[in-house]
Amino acid sequence: MKARNALLAAFTLSTLATAVQAADEVVVYSARIDELIKPVFDLYTEKTGVKVKFITDKEAPLIARLKAEGANTPADLLITVDAGNLWQAEQEGVLQPVKSEVIDANIPAQYRSSTGSWTGLSLRARTIFYSTERVKPSELSTYEALADKNWEGRLCLRTSKKVYNQSLTATLIETHGAAKTEEIIKGWVNNLATDVFADDTALLQAIDAGQCDVGITNTYYYGRLHKQQPDLKVKPYWPNQQDRGVHVNLAGAGVTKHAPHAEAAQKLLEWMTTAEAQTIFAGVNQEFPANPAVEPSAEVAAWGTFKADSIATEVAGKRQAEATMLMDRAGWN
Amino acid sequence: MAHPAQRRWYPIVFVVVLLVLLPLSVLLFSWHEVDQQIWAHLWQTQLLRLIGNTLTLVLGVGIGVTLLGVSLAWLTSLCEFPGRRWLDWALMLPFAIPAYVLAFVFVGLLDFAGPVQTLMRECFGSGLRLPRVRSTGGVIIVLVLVFYPYVYLLARNAFLAQGKGLMEAARVLGLSPWQAFWRVALPMARPAIGAGLALAIMETLADFGAVSVFNFDTFTTAIYKTWYSFYSLTSATQLASLLLLAVMLVLYGERRARGAVRPTNERPRGKALYPLKGLQAAAATGWCVLVFTCAFVIPMAQLLVWFWQRGRFDLDERYTALILHTLYLGAMAALITVSVALLLAFARRLAPTRLMRSGVSLANVGYALPGSMLAVAIMLAFSYLDRELVIPLSSWLGGAGKPLLLGSLSALLLAYLIRFMAVAYGPLENSLARIRPSLPEASRSLGVGGPRLFFTVYLPLLVPGVLSAALLVFVDVLKEMPATLLMRPFGWDTLSVRVFEMTSEGEWARAALPALTLVLVGLLPVVGLIRRSARRIGED
Repeated sequence: MKARNALLAAFTLSTLATAVQAADEVVVYSARIDELIKPVFDLYTEKTGVKVKFITDKEAPLIARLKAEGANTPADLLITVDAGNLWQAEQEGVLQPVKSEVIDANIPAQYRSSTGSWTGLSLRARTIFYSTERVKPSELSTYEALADKNWEGRLCLRTSKKVYNQSLTATLIETHGAAKTEEIIKGWVNNLATDVFADDTALLQAIDAGQCDVGITNTYYYGRLHKQQPDLKVKPYWPNQQDRGVHVNLAGAGVTKHAPHAEAAQKLLEWMTTAEAQTIFAGVNQEFPANPAVEPSAEVAAWGTFKADSIATEVAGKRQAEATMLMDRAGWN
Repeated sequence: MAHPAQRRWYPIVFVVVLLVLLPLSVLLFSWHEVDQQIWAHLWQTQLLRLIGNTLTLVLGVGIGVTLLGVSLAWLTSLCEFPGRRWLDWALMLPFAIPAYVLAFVFVGLLDFAGPVQTLMRECFGSGLRLPRVRSTGGVIIVLVLVFYPYVYLLARNAFLAQGKGLMEAARVLGLSPWQAFWRVALPMARPAIGAGLALAIMETLADFGAVSVFNFDTFTTAIYKTWYSFYSLTSATQLASLLLLAVMLVLYGERRARGAVRPTNERPRGKALYPLKGLQAAAATGWCVLVFTCAFVIPMAQLLVWFWQRGRFDLDERYTALILHTLYLGAMAALITVSVALLLAFARRLAPTRLMRSGVSLANVGYALPGSMLAVAIMLAFSYLDRELVIPLSSWLGGAGKPLLLGSLSALLLAYLIRFMAVAYGPLENSLARIRPSLPEASRSLGVGGPRLFFTVYLPLLVPGVLSAALLVFVDVLKEMPATLLMRPFGWDTLSVRVFEMTSEGEWARAALPALTLVLVGLLPVVGLIRRSARRIGED
C-alpha cells in the first residue's frame, strides 16, 4: 500500500510538472540546428509569450522517435532541412494535415505537401559553382552538360550519401527517366577531379584552391564561406535557365500527428510563413524565403535572380531511394 | 552444477543482461520481414566492397594500435629516458580527443585546400603533392592515433603490475631486455593487450563520425545509408545485427586467445629496469614525442587556430551550461557503469559457471554497435516499456498515464550503461584477475568476510582498475554523440551536441570551440587519474 502511494505520488508530481509547463508552449523536434532556429523562436516568444522548447538531431532519428512515441509524443512540430524527409515523415504517418489560409496564401503550392501535412519555409538552391580563374560562365549551361567530356578531371561532387544530392538526382529521374539519368550520373563520376567530398564547404574550398574547376553545392554554403573570404575565386552559376530551371530544395515543417498543442503549433507554423519570420528564418542562413513576397537578404540578392525548377518538391521524397540506388550503380560514393 | 552460493549472483547478472538484451532483441526482431529489393541492391553494389573496406580498416587499426600502444607502454613503464616522466601521462592525453574531431582536423589541415598543401604549392609550385589524404591509409592513421590509448593504458598497467622479481629473474637467467620482452613480459601482458585491442576494434567497427569525414565507406556507413537514404530502419537494424555477430566473434576470439594466462600482481618496481643511453634513449624519446605530437599537439594547435579565427565569436554564457551538462552526464554514467561492471566482474569471478560466463559476455556487446543504432534500439525498447508498462501502471494508480522513460535523464544514463559496459568491464576484470584467490581465502579464514572483505581487501587492490574504468567511461561519455542527441531531455545540450551541429553544417572551424572545450574538460580527469593511478612506487 505504501509503495502504491509512493508510486502514485511520483506520477502525480510528474503530471503536475507537465501540466504547469503545458500552458503556453510548443515543443519542436528540429533537424535544423540550434543557431538557425533559435532566433526565430526567440522572436516568437517575445511577441506572443508562447515558449518554444526544442531538441535537434538528424531527421531519421527524429522521425523514428516520433513513430516510437506515437500518441505519447511531447512533440508538436517537426522541422527538417530537406523536402524528401518531410515527405517521408508524412508517409510514416507522424504528421497531420493542416488547413490554413495563412499558409496557403504565403507559400506557393509546389513548396507544400499536397495533403497539407507540411510546408516549406525556406528554399535552398543547389546550383553549379565555378572557378573564376579557370572557367568562363559561357562554358556552362546545364547540370546535364557537366557530364560532357570537356569536364573530365575538373568536376567536384559531394558524397551521394547526402540527401541534397539524392534529391537532385530524384528530380533528374523525374525529368529524364532512369536510364538517361544513370548516363548523366556516370558522366559526372567519370569527370571527377578527386574523391567526393564529405561536405559542401570543403568542395567550394577545393574549387578555390584549384583542385577542381566546377562543382555542385547549395548556395548558402557559398554565402557563409564568401562572408569569411570575400576574395573567394568561386562564383555561382544558374544552370538550365533555358529549360526547367535551377534545382531547389527546401527546409520546412509539419505539425505532428499526436501534437499535444496542435493549435499552438499551427499558429507558430503560420507565423513562420509571414514576412517577419521569413526574413530571419532564411536570413540567418542566407537561404531564399519560401514566401515569394519576402525579399532575400542583400547578400543573397547580390547573386542575381534565376528561374527555379517548378517540379513539385515531393518528388525528392518519392524517388529518393530509387535515386540513391541509381547513384550506387553509377559508382557515385 | 552451480553451487548455491554461486547462484546468489544470478539475479544481479540476469537483470543486467536483460537490460542489455532488451534493445538488442529489437535488432533481432527486425528480421521478421526482409526487404528483398534493398538487400539485393546492397549485395550487388555495396556489400563486398564495404566488407573489404571494413576488414582492411580493422586489420590496419588493430596492428597500428598494438604496435603503438605496446611499444609506448613498454618504454614508459620499464625504461628510463629523457622526458619519460611527462610522456608517461602525456601519451594518454589523445584519448580525450574524439575520433571525429581528429578526423576533421586531419583532413582540414592536410587536404588539398588546407594550409599545409597551400603552403607547399606557394613554395614549390603545384608539382609537389602529398599522398592522397582522404584515403584508406589516412583513415587508419587517424583511428590508430585516437584509439591507441586503450592499448597503451591497459598494457602499461599490466607491465607495471608484473613486478620487479619477474623481469630480474629473466635477466638473471640471461635474457636480453629484448628477449625478456618477447618471452616474459609480452605473454604475461597479453590479456590486458587483448582487452585494449578488443576495445579499439569495437570502436573502429562502430565509428561513423570519423569515417564519414573521410567519406570512407564501411559496414557502419552502410547501416546509416540504409536508414537515412532508403528509409528502411528495418533493413538498417538487420545490418546492425550482422555487425553485432561480427563483434561477438571478436570478443569470443579475445577470450580464446587470452587462454590460461593468469595475470599476476607482484609488488611494483621502484626503479626503471632498463636505463637507456645515447642513441637508444634518443630514439625512445623521439618515438614517444612523435606519437604525442601527431596525436595531440598538432590537432590541439589546429583547433586553437580555428578557435581564434572563428570560434571565439561564439563563446558565450551558454558554454557554462554545456560544460556542466557534459560533466554531470560523464560523472553519473561513470559511477553507474563502473558499479554495475564491478558487480558483473565479481559475479563472474565468484560464480564462474558456464551460464554466468555467457551472461557476462552478452552484457558487454553493446559497445560495438554504431551509436545511433544502439540509441534507436534503446529508444524503441523504452518507448515499448512506456507504452506497455509505465502508462497502464500509471493509469491504474490513478495518474495521468504519461510516459516516464523516454526523454528522461535516467533513460539516457541507462543508454550509456548499455553502450559503455565493455569499457568499464575490461579493466575491472583484469585487475580483479590479478588478485590471487588465496588472498580473500586467507582473509576469510581470519574472519573477514562480506562487505568488510570487499572494502578492506578487494577495493584497495582494485583502485587502479576502478580508476582506469571510470576514466575510460567518463571520457567516452563526453565524446558520445548519437545516443546523447537522440535521448537527451529538453535543454540538455552537451559539448558533443554542439560539435555535431557545427560539423553537420561543414563548419569545422566553428566546431573548434566546442571540440576544444570538450578536450579540455576530458583532459582534467585524464591527467588527474593517470598521475594517481599506476605511478611507480617510490615516485611522486
